[in-house]
Amino acid sequence: MSELLQFLVSGLTVGAIYAAIALGFTLIYNASGVVNFAQGEFVVIGGMTAAALIGAGVPVWIAAPLAVVAGMLVGVALYRAAIRPAREAPLVSLIIITIGASIFLRGAMQAVFDKQIHRYDGFSGDAPLRVGGATILPQSLWIIGGSIAVFAFLAWFLNRTRAGRGIKATASNRMAAALVGINTGRAMNLSFALSAAIGALAGVLATPVTFTSYDVGVLMALKGFSATMLGGVGSPLGALAGGLLIGLIEAMTAGYISSDYKDASAFVVILLVLFLRPQGLFGARITERV
Amino acid sequence: MAGQGTTTDAAPADTGRHAYLKNGEARRPRIGPGLRTFLIFAVLVGLGALIFPSSYFYRVGTLVWINTLAVTGIVVLLGYVGLVSLGHAGFFAIGAYATAILPSYGIPSPLAMLAGVGMAGGLALIVGRPILKLSGYYLAIATLGLGMLIWMVLSKEAWLTGGPDGMVVSGMNARNLFKLVGLKLKSAEAWYWVAGFAAATGAAIAVNLARSPSGRALRAIHDSDVAARSLGVDVARAKSRAFVISAIYAAVAGALLALANGYITPETGGFMHSVEMVTMAVLGGATSVFGALVGALILTALPQVLTVFADYEHMVLGGIMVVTMIAMRRGLVPFIADLWNRRKS
Repeated sequence: MSELLQFLVSGLTVGAIYAAIALGFTLIYNASGVVNFAQGEFVVIGGMTAAALIGAGVPVWIAAPLAVVAGMLVGVALYRAAIRPAREAPLVSLIIITIGASIFLRGAMQAVFDKQIHRYDGFSGDAPLRVGGATILPQSLWIIGGSIAVFAFLAWFLNRTRAGRGIKATASNRMAAALVGINTGRAMNLSFALSAAIGALAGVLATPVTFTSYDVGVLMALKGFSATMLGGVGSPLGALAGGLLIGLIEAMTAGYISSDYKDASAFVVILLVLFLRPQGLFGARITERV
Repeated sequence: MAGQGTTTDAAPADTGRHAYLKNGEARRPRIGPGLRTFLIFAVLVGLGALIFPSSYFYRVGTLVWINTLAVTGIVVLLGYVGLVSLGHAGFFAIGAYATAILPSYGIPSPLAMLAGVGMAGGLALIVGRPILKLSGYYLAIATLGLGMLIWMVLSKEAWLTGGPDGMVVSGMNARNLFKLVGLKLKSAEAWYWVAGFAAATGAAIAVNLARSPSGRALRAIHDSDVAARSLGVDVARAKSRAFVISAIYAAVAGALLALANGYITPETGGFMHSVEMVTMAVLGGATSVFGALVGALILTALPQVLTVFADYEHMVLGGIMVVTMIAMRRGLVPFIADLWNRRKS
């Protein structure tokens, strides 16, 4: 029983990370219709930047926000340098562009930082707490809390603020949004900045538990994808639920089946969702406009 | 021979995409486009053999032709239909590992190759069908996952595959093929000719495919799913066929690499290898087999010439993908062909 509880705890921890990545995806997808294959790189940028700063003696409470800002800047740069110039390009070109950007960022990280695996101490120390027979790291609470905060923030921002509603309007119909005076260019910039910031924040929070290195971005992106698809593409609630579920499935696979294949569970979920229920758990049926 | 296509150059409906193929050759109606492609490739293979000074060059040359073959599969999928696969290295590796593993169970190399190719094609068929009914993004994501799954199995199941260290491939040597007809070649040279022949044949088949009715259906889908459907094309089925064909190309290339190198590692099935294949196609021009050749040539030869390439491999590959897509979306070969045509007219 305590074993199961332990798996639940670790599943929810990594699941919260995947949920944050999935929320970032959803934000960009909803605003621009682009599936951003470089989303996982933001997580790495956050983690690597924070690790480098903390390693250089910068206190965590300064390093963490700086790492998030670094991710945000890269997100905006990605939009301006690679996505915006190709806005009228067909879908396949956009896919190739974001994949290219992801590989490029991976290489840039290897050049700027190094090829080592990094971690730093948890924000509230690394002494595990005991909860009913299972142990939980204080950092896990940071991660889970962070993801819930991101979800709440997005819900508030997109529905209650002017800028957020601008993003929603741009997503629903760019032309119509521009006609009623919404600055759609700014809305796009903002959605890339926010999405990258969310990814970087996930990286900053997760690194003490999961570690990071220059090449984990693709894996992170893929986990985020499977979370998004399981939850239903385009639905923020789906992203949250899908992320937590993927985390749990992964932890159970590692615990009861084989830790060698814990990463495989996310891919199997993708394939199963595509076979059985392409719209995901919370998504509307997929219909494409012609 | 592969080149006996039914279309000839007299066919007037040859627009844009393939126009550069027939530069100045419109007055030679006897040779079909497939056969002509085969002959051009054969001449290039021969040219390579004429100028190569050492076995090292033959080995790099072999790699170029094998990559060309694999990328020709990407051309069919990406160039003809407009679908991205991020897991083609998985199919490549299935071909390679089947060729490596099965001979130790008493199956001769040629049959092992065939089995590997069959497995890759079968897997593509099973996985492709349901996914290809959905929008283009889903194939990229699903193949990304599938490729990683295959890579994972290859690196974890050490009892079968030797694990991350890879495995030695024993079996057929191309030298023996040439011995049959009384030619004595070094094995690097022998594999070069075999790989060149395979690439030429593959290119000819792909060119003929583009001009066949089902190839036209594919290109119609590339322009618009809906328009193609309204013309009576079974879109999901045509896409699935292209996906299977391209998986077969990758698997054949993988099998050849396994035999020619005599050694394989799970990295042949890794994500970066998939990205490399797509980059080659995108750089050279995914709409033509000559694009596949040019892309494969540049990205295979470059790392041999530039040693710094290894340190910045990711940045170079990623940069090429982004810049090509923004600045010359159709790739080098069509881009240069356009410049050439414009200058002439």
